[in-house]
Amino acid sequence: MRDLVHEMASCLSVDGVRITRKGKALLDVQQLSLDGPGPTLILGPNGSGKSLLLRCLHGLIMPDRGQVRQDGVVLNAEHKARQAMVFQQPVLLRRSVAANLDFVLKRQGLPRSSRKARIEELLAEGGLDGKARQSARSLSGGEAQRLAILRALALDPETLFLDEPTSALDPSATQMIERMILRASTRGVRIVMVTHDIGQARRLAADIVMMQGGHVVEHGAAKQILDAPESDASRRYLAGGLVT
Amino acid sequence: MQGFASEFNSALSLILQGDPELWAIVLLSLKVSIFAVLISALIGMPVGAALAVARFPGRRAVIVLMNALMGFPPVVVGLLVYLMLSRSGPLGVLELLYTPTAMIIAQVVLVTPIIAALTRQVVEMLAEEYSEQLRSLGVSRLASVPVLLRDARLALVTALLAGFGRAIAEVGAVIIVGGNINHVTRVMTTTIALETSKGNLALALALGAILIGIAVAVNAMVSTLSLRAEQEGLRHA
Repeated sequence: MRDLVHEMASCLSVDGVRITRKGKALLDVQQLSLDGPGPTLILGPNGSGKSLLLRCLHGLIMPDRGQVRQDGVVLNAEHKARQAMVFQQPVLLRRSVAANLDFVLKRQGLPRSSRKARIEELLAEGGLDGKARQSARSLSGGEAQRLAILRALALDPETLFLDEPTSALDPSATQMIERMILRASTRGVRIVMVTHDIGQARRLAADIVMMQGGHVVEHGAAKQILDAPESDASRRYLAGGLVT
Repeated sequence: MQGFASEFNSALSLILQGDPELWAIVLLSLKVSIFAVLISALIGMPVGAALAVARFPGRRAVIVLMNALMGFPPVVVGLLVYLMLSRSGPLGVLELLYTPTAMIIAQVVLVTPIIAALTRQVVEMLAEEYSEQLRSLGVSRLASVPVLLRDARLALVTALLAGFGRAIAEVGAVIIVGGNINHVTRVMTTTIALETSKGNLALALALGAILIGIAVAVNAMVSTLSLRAEQEGLRHA
């Protein structure tokens, strides 16, 4: 388990990243540095490039131009191995709940004897104890997303990316997931999360990245942005206006 | 009408009394088809899975060709295998013509494209769903193949059963390369064709009933497994 190293959080930066499809720039971020401990929440309307930015940061999409760097070094396989991602729709293997966690732990090279104990520990952390043998596909939406987060945490990541993990969940399931995210953050996992939910940003964010039309319009401390946004786009979005 | 009734009764007697000749034919049919399907699975499944995840120039053309091979006429397959195995053919020295092995080879040629094409479909569908997640977990394209094959297992069993259904009901290819030799290469379908032409309807009917029973059982298994695969969110397109 990682130490509490919030102050020493590594810097994830975006340098002149551009993704274009059919002549249209879907993402165009000149400069963005995520060097605080987080959680960092990326806010913005649909199509503003939030998920695309997240995928770029995780190396799932290679930009047409520009680079993502970690501590000044272009994102490489070693960096990616210390990252994990949870998607909006949890993608679970067609296996049991425990086998989903075992898949990751086995890849981590953990011996069988340690894997069993670690699985039990993870299931307890996600409130899924007693469901180890159940098919992962039969879990409820909230349980499935919790399992997806546990599987990502099983990688012991330095950075955890979450793409609107609670968008399809009710308040109670959302609350459980937010608690898991905060616990992980407290343990030193840097959280970078996309959300539409301004209330969620208020509850979780240390810093906020506001996006619109593929651009970062504002990045700063959550309190500053939520209470006194500088850009018009942020002001309208936070006021509940229809920003497109 | 009375004649038909008597043939049906005789057919029933052959089945119920465990006629050794009838059951030897059934056993040989099952042996040939099961072997053919197993060999086809060993070739077709990795090929189908690799085609599902690999990206290379001409991939689309390979898929079209493989799909086209699914409908290859069995008699033409029989003829091609015959030419390969005949004394003057490239594999003539092996002296396999008119043996059960020749029949297995013909059935492998017929069944492999079916299993490969269905595997490709199923695995590709699953790969689309898993792709980002597996990449996020650091699983390479190549390493994803066994993961996908394992998770698509239910749908893949239906592909195997579909291949078996094709193999066991096949007549054109096996009669050409097997020769329909009594006690050597005579299987259910070829016996039905021969005995009907000889007017021995009792044996033909008995074998026909068993063949239909096998077809129904295979289809029932395919339906059950397809339903389960569908419930797990994965079925053939």
